[in-house]
Amino acid sequence: MIVFDQVQKSYQVDGRAIPALHPTDMTIETGEVFGIVGHSGAGKSTLVRLINLLEPPTGGDILIDGENITRYNAAELRAFRRKVGMIFQHFNLLSSKTVSDNIAFPMKLAGIYSKAEIRDRVQELLARVSLTDHATKYPSQLSGGQKQRVGIARALACRPTILLCDEATSALDPQTTQSVLRLLAEINKELGLTIVLITHEMDVVRRVCDRVAVMDAGRVVEMGAVSDVFLHPKHPTTRDFVFESESIDSEEMQEDLQKANGRILRLTFKGEATYQPLLGSVARASGVDFSILSGRIDHIKDTPYGQLTLSLIGGDLELAMSALEGADVHVEVVR
Amino acid sequence: MEALLSNVDWPEIGIASWDTLVMVGMSLLFSVLAGLPIGVLLFLTGKRQLLEQPVAYAVLSFVVNVLRSVPFIILLIVMIPFTVMLIGTSLGVAGAIPPLVAGGAPFFARLVETSLREVDRGIIEATQAMGANVRQIIFGALLPEALPGIIAGITVTAITLVSYAAMSGVIGGGGLGDLAIRFGYQRFQTDVMVITVALLVIFVQVLQMAGDRLVLYFSRK
Repeated sequence: MIVFDQVQKSYQVDGRAIPALHPTDMTIETGEVFGIVGHSGAGKSTLVRLINLLEPPTGGDILIDGENITRYNAAELRAFRRKVGMIFQHFNLLSSKTVSDNIAFPMKLAGIYSKAEIRDRVQELLARVSLTDHATKYPSQLSGGQKQRVGIARALACRPTILLCDEATSALDPQTTQSVLRLLAEINKELGLTIVLITHEMDVVRRVCDRVAVMDAGRVVEMGAVSDVFLHPKHPTTRDFVFESESIDSEEMQEDLQKANGRILRLTFKGEATYQPLLGSVARASGVDFSILSGRIDHIKDTPYGQLTLSLIGGDLELAMSALEGADVHVEVVR
Repeated sequence: MEALLSNVDWPEIGIASWDTLVMVGMSLLFSVLAGLPIGVLLFLTGKRQLLEQPVAYAVLSFVVNVLRSVPFIILLIVMIPFTVMLIGTSLGVAGAIPPLVAGGAPFFARLVETSLREVDRGIIEATQAMGANVRQIIFGALLPEALPGIIAGITVTAITLVSYAAMSGVIGGGGLGDLAIRFGYQRFQTDVMVITVALLVIFVQVLQMAGDRLVLYFSRK
């Protein structure tokens, strides 16, 4: 468990303290995939680097499994960092070392593994990230996705309990992003390690994260389960991110709604309700007519969900709404 | 041919070539041995680096700049008392090596500093995140990553030392430069001059080619 207790960070620029992270309280549970979204400059890079103290905080305490890591001396800090893997947007592999040597590097640095242990572990990791055939290649000979998988293997070498991902998929194309995210989800499940992932793409959060924190100007402005934050965003920044990820232009949407008649509702279906033939039966029972203004069906991690924006005309509106709510559908009156 | 090169004493040329080789080789060795740690220190103590030390950096940088800004011909003369103290003579092949190192080491140190700066900061960060200490970052990541640049720097330093070594002929340093000055210049033996220059050109060409090959071999980018 990672606990932030009033953690803050500011940088000294020309004698003035510029805050990068305002005092923040946060808890990341063991074994969860925790996402941090925000625009560039929102402070998410700083936040993730506080967890392995690449950036020391200027105030507050960081507790990891009950230990206050801000009190560690240099040697304790180095030992602690071996238990926290990290992957990067630009991979940061050593260009002078082969794939195998890159993966072995953290184990060699640790100085506590025998040659045979290192060799076996490298083989095992190469297989896990499906790069066995590329063991003797140099990073420059690999594609972006392959490089990131080397990064992941390297981060896992010393069997960490936490994996930090710094925009790990931002330099990759959509397909490669998918396969890297699948790999992350897989190792989270199989190894039970906690993953903290920062990104500016809400889609990445939707695919792999359990919980998410949204950052804006050095503050966490919204935090919660991905399905809650994603389906019912409260803060304007969060809304921007959700709309952006669905390529919804909020102004255009407002214009469309202007043209529609009647009462406008946004319905959110989650889990099993997504597959129920609900609208037709509710319409028949209540005598309302509806037209669909927008809609989508997708998954949040493994949970299916649907979201529909309807305009309803005529019939018994109250009855329709209570019938929908009764069927476990979240109803939001837009107008 | 014989008539054209009537003044050329081939055994003498051979000895002079060997002397130049020894001067360049020895001074390159010591320049690298001294310049590499200085370059690494310059890099590490620089702004926003691992061991940021403004005072140490300023002092080191100043010494390097002073040595680099003195024209080598002056450095040769200024160094004479130190050279005599160090090895007993300021003449001959041995006498030329201390001033050559004094000129070559700071030059190479700057080249090392530059090539270390070209190493992606992300690689240093990643190595730190693995729990590496400063020594491990230097020897495990920085130097291997900067190796092609450092080899290119050694090549440039070697070539600079060839011309410095030729200059040392002025103060009685021996080698091809000495030959060129004593015979080619002072006795107007143009044929000797042509031969020494040709040999120096070949020497530099061979060094550059060898250096380029090594850089290519160690480049994985």
